[in-house]
Amino acid sequence: MSAIEVKHLYKVFGPNPRRGVELLEQGQSKQALLERGLAIGVRDASLRVEAGEFLVVMGLSGSGKSTLLRCLNRLIAPTCGEVFLDGVDITRLSDKALREVRMRKFGMVFQHFALLPHRTVLENAAFGLELQRVDPAERSRRAAEALELVGLSGWAGSLPGELSGGMQQRVGLARALAVNPDILLMDEAFSALDPLIRRDMQEELLGLQSRMRKTIVFITHDLDEALLLGDRIVIMKDGQIVQVGAPETILTQPADDYVARFVEKVDVSKVLTAEAVMHKASSITWPKDGPKAALHKMREVGISGIMVRDRDQRLLGVISAEDAARALDAHVETLEGLIRPVPSVRLETPLAEIFGIAQFPVAVVDEERRLRGLVVRGALLAALAGNRAPERAAELREAA
Amino acid sequence: MSIPAIPLARGVEAAIEYLTLHFAFLTKALSRLVETGVDALVDAMLWLPPWLFIAALSGLAWKLAGRRIAVFAAAGLLLVWNLGLWAPMVSTLALVLIATLVAVSIGMPLGVLAAVFPGVKRVVAPALDFMQTMPAFVYLIPAIPFFGLGPVSAIVSTVIFAMPPATRLTYLGIEQTPAELVEAADAFGATRAQKLFKIQLPLARPTIMAGVNQTIMLSLSMVVIAAMIGAKGLGGEVWKAIQRFEPGKGFEAGVGVVIVAIILDRITQAVARKSPAAQTR
Ligand SMILES: Nc1ncnc2c1ncn2[C@@H]1O[C@H](COP(=O)(O)OP(=O)(O)OP(=O)(O)O)[C@@H](O)[C@H]1O
Ligand SMILES: [Mg+2]
Repeated sequence: MSAIEVKHLYKVFGPNPRRGVELLEQGQSKQALLERGLAIGVRDASLRVEAGEFLVVMGLSGSGKSTLLRCLNRLIAPTCGEVFLDGVDITRLSDKALREVRMRKFGMVFQHFALLPHRTVLENAAFGLELQRVDPAERSRRAAEALELVGLSGWAGSLPGELSGGMQQRVGLARALAVNPDILLMDEAFSALDPLIRRDMQEELLGLQSRMRKTIVFITHDLDEALLLGDRIVIMKDGQIVQVGAPETILTQPADDYVARFVEKVDVSKVLTAEAVMHKASSITWPKDGPKAALHKMREVGISGIMVRDRDQRLLGVISAEDAARALDAHVETLEGLIRPVPSVRLETPLAEIFGIAQFPVAVVDEERRLRGLVVRGALLAALAGNRAPERAAELREAA
Repeated sequence: MSIPAIPLARGVEAAIEYLTLHFAFLTKALSRLVETGVDALVDAMLWLPPWLFIAALSGLAWKLAGRRIAVFAAAGLLLVWNLGLWAPMVSTLALVLIATLVAVSIGMPLGVLAAVFPGVKRVVAPALDFMQTMPAFVYLIPAIPFFGLGPVSAIVSTVIFAMPPATRLTYLGIEQTPAELVEAADAFGATRAQKLFKIQLPLARPTIMAGVNQTIMLSLSMVVIAAMIGAKGLGGEVWKAIQRFEPGKGFEAGVGVVIVAIILDRITQAVARKSPAAQTR
């Protein structure tokens, strides 16, 4: 069963919203409704979110993302339509049952953090539990655990005002995680953070998600963020869902011009990493190999330089065919003296950073400096031109 | 053709007459009770030797508002003592304390109700405007038939005059709680009471304290005016000076009022600033 199922959901703002829905069903335009003082929040949205799925909602400002998200926990009451949570229609619950559902099932993270300024970080993280009337000792324990998850253990006693934006949002995340919800709702949770912190938070969230497997509905304006985080992406326009699909589908088969224009803006150089465009080194040599063996390997696969690794597969450098040939003439037995440094990047380095390196190929290494692959100039340019992005994005997702 | 004047005055008087006739025995009894309470409080405050009282109050000022205010309080109160105005000052202070206490304990809950129930606010807001703009003296007149000349009439009219800011700033403070915080509380399943006590009231505290401060200031000014209906104290001294044309005496008593006003104002403001929500803003 899907964790969330939305069926023909409408939200119209203004006097007599039901009339607005009727007008829409009769095919009246958004403009016609506006003239009657009615604004469309969400229009005939249907959607399933699977348990453990990371769903990202995108769309221009005013396209209804926040409204849709708030209909999921009924912070905004839908005008009509149904929202099922594990088979229960939340639109029909009594106030008390609704509070119970919000308490047990949902954690929410807000764009501007929404922390209580007069309470410590620990008390903020414990807020949801406090509302559930969990006893204080248990509450503190679970809040402290949540703070540890987001790496803020040392800050439990501070006030939010003493923390940076990124740290405050970690508190917001801890507050949501502390109640151990099935579903996390995040409305532009990272939009107020500056780019570097934002990147950290994205990675952190992905890390948490790979461990905890929550159902996450995440709103963003930023396509790069959507591509990085989303298992699937929902694109909204004027309150309607115009496309739902895996990131690669959105990239390769945009449903209409609106989506296509979104995708156009994708900055491949930020989304794709070295890992996505690297090739396996076609041939590798060891220092113990003599120049002759090295030259032979190069000729075999037709390259003019070869990477050198040690016994533990760690990258030592590169040897050019020229140097090897000269060494052979001079009867040098080992390669030790011929190894030159080679530019290297990590698997997760974005292409944008590789582009700054003038010398190719670039070696790609993991955290232990083991050689994992090479990026050649052609592959990099091809990726930047966009024609490899979809397939690589797909591979990336499999690897992740 | 002349339009007959609407008999507003007669109507009001008839209403008051009716109320006095049927309820004055109750209010008079209440009045005697309260008066004994006021007298007891004044006696208790006068029983303390002035130097001890001054030391205690300056100590409190030091703790709450810092050294400068403490020094001012000590010097000011010593001056009042020296001018022979100690007893009137104490009785003024007692009236202000009682009136403020009553005004705040009615006004604040009323403000909370107005913030929570829009219907209450629709009634309360215009009533507050009325109470505040009606010239203060007018309240003195009907107080007499119900409570007689004396401190209780003074307290009642003072409460009416001084309550509006306590109510108004309470509901304003609550309404001004950032929407995102209220939404966060809703999202985590808060009840209305939880929202009120865990979020709105703590965050509104500086605003509410500003209201309390205004209530105290208004109480003081009204208690002085209420000397006309038999409230004693510094206002009584001013009133006497007017009747006997003693401008010097009147000025002395006026200075006493100013000193009390500054001390009360600075201490309550400092308390408002010290509230935790204000610190982190
Ligand atoms: N309380 C409201 N009253 C009237 N109209 C509203 C209300 N809330 C939202 N709307 C309208 O509903 C539409 C969708 O708003 P919503 O906030 O969901 O958009 P959004 O996609 O989240 O935009 P943003 O990216 O700017 O946050 C907008 O046209 C907005 O004007
Ligand atoms: Mg929004």
